[in-house]
Amino acid sequence: MGEFLLLMVSAVLVNNILLIRFLGNCPFLGVSRSMDTATGMGMAVIFVLTLAGMITWLVHTYILVPLSLEYLRTIAFILVIATLVQFVEMVIQKTAPPLYEALGIYLPLITTNCAVLGVAIINIEEGYDLVTSIFFSFASACGFALALVLMAGMRERFALVAIPKAFEGTAIGLVTAGLIALAFSGFVGLV
Amino acid sequence: MASSVRDEFTKGLWRTVPPFRLVLGLCPTLAVTTSGINGMGMGLATTFVLIFSNLFVSLLRKLIPTQVRIASFIVIIASFVVIVELVMQAYFYQLFKVLGIFIPLIVVNCIILGRAEAFASKQSAILSLADGLGIGIGFTISLFILGLIRELLGAGTLLDIPVMWASFEPFTFMLKPPGAFVALGILLALMNLISQLQARKGGSR
Repeated sequence: MGEFLLLMVSAVLVNNILLIRFLGNCPFLGVSRSMDTATGMGMAVIFVLTLAGMITWLVHTYILVPLSLEYLRTIAFILVIATLVQFVEMVIQKTAPPLYEALGIYLPLITTNCAVLGVAIINIEEGYDLVTSIFFSFASACGFALALVLMAGMRERFALVAIPKAFEGTAIGLVTAGLIALAFSGFVGLV
Repeated sequence: MASSVRDEFTKGLWRTVPPFRLVLGLCPTLAVTTSGINGMGMGLATTFVLIFSNLFVSLLRKLIPTQVRIASFIVIIASFVVIVELVMQAYFYQLFKVLGIFIPLIVVNCIILGRAEAFASKQSAILSLADGLGIGIGFTISLFILGLIRELLGAGTLLDIPVMWASFEPFTFMLKPPGAFVALGILLALMNLISQLQARKGGSR
């Protein structure tokens, strides 16, 4: 159990997937303008990333490795992720309409969120077993959601302050992200 | 015809230069630009994929059914990414090591899918090729410049050659992840400033 706790702290704080590993930055700046969209996107990513981490691990171990097709990993994983996202979208739409209302518009965006493919590849390259992979995917997604919500909280306040004209929009968002990342780098050495 | 090809090519260099104007493809932009060479390597790999995916999406645009177009685009893009991955592993192993996970991640670089969807799926092959080349070169130059700035301030070197004075204290913050965000933010603000000044000059004329 202690090992999993360590992995959790490492994935959420020390090696935060958004701020330190730089995966999934497009939605990070795109949907962090308000708290509602940030929470929605965060939840959708946690859900899909955990599932994708599990399925890509199974595909790699039971299909690609026995057939020695490891070089097709990139194509196989992105197809699995794209299909999974479509499938999850349909299932949620049929079984849980309120959840679909909340997550619906974010789901298609997740296919091109590099955090999903990135974590799937990290799982394989680090040689994690199935349980560790699922756990690492979940923890990374939580780190993503945390950073996204923090960022949205900050950006909501930008509406009230005077920002130099050249910095308006994305530029100030990037500088803010840099400062949050600076704060997160204080966690180095925690694990 | 010739002028529109040139238009499609040059728009990628300033008006819609990807990481700044479109704010797409940020992950590789931030992650690998710790030196000029790394930035350029990433940019060239992306350009290769972009040119060929644009070309093939455009050639196949009449055959691909609209409902499954995104999936088809992804397969086309992923095929070229695998080619880049294998070629780099064979001939540029050092760079392959440094760029690491970001090479397979070219698949999900939103610039490439974005150009396939917004441009190549509607235009002729020649225009798509020009578009891919222009956007690709714009992306490469942006990454190269950002890499150079971070290398100069963070390590005091340009392309691994020391250029700063002897007592220069390297500003290692620039090589760390937070420095990437701040450097890109400031560059973006500079570009906005230049555009604003140009607009003002144009307005007063």
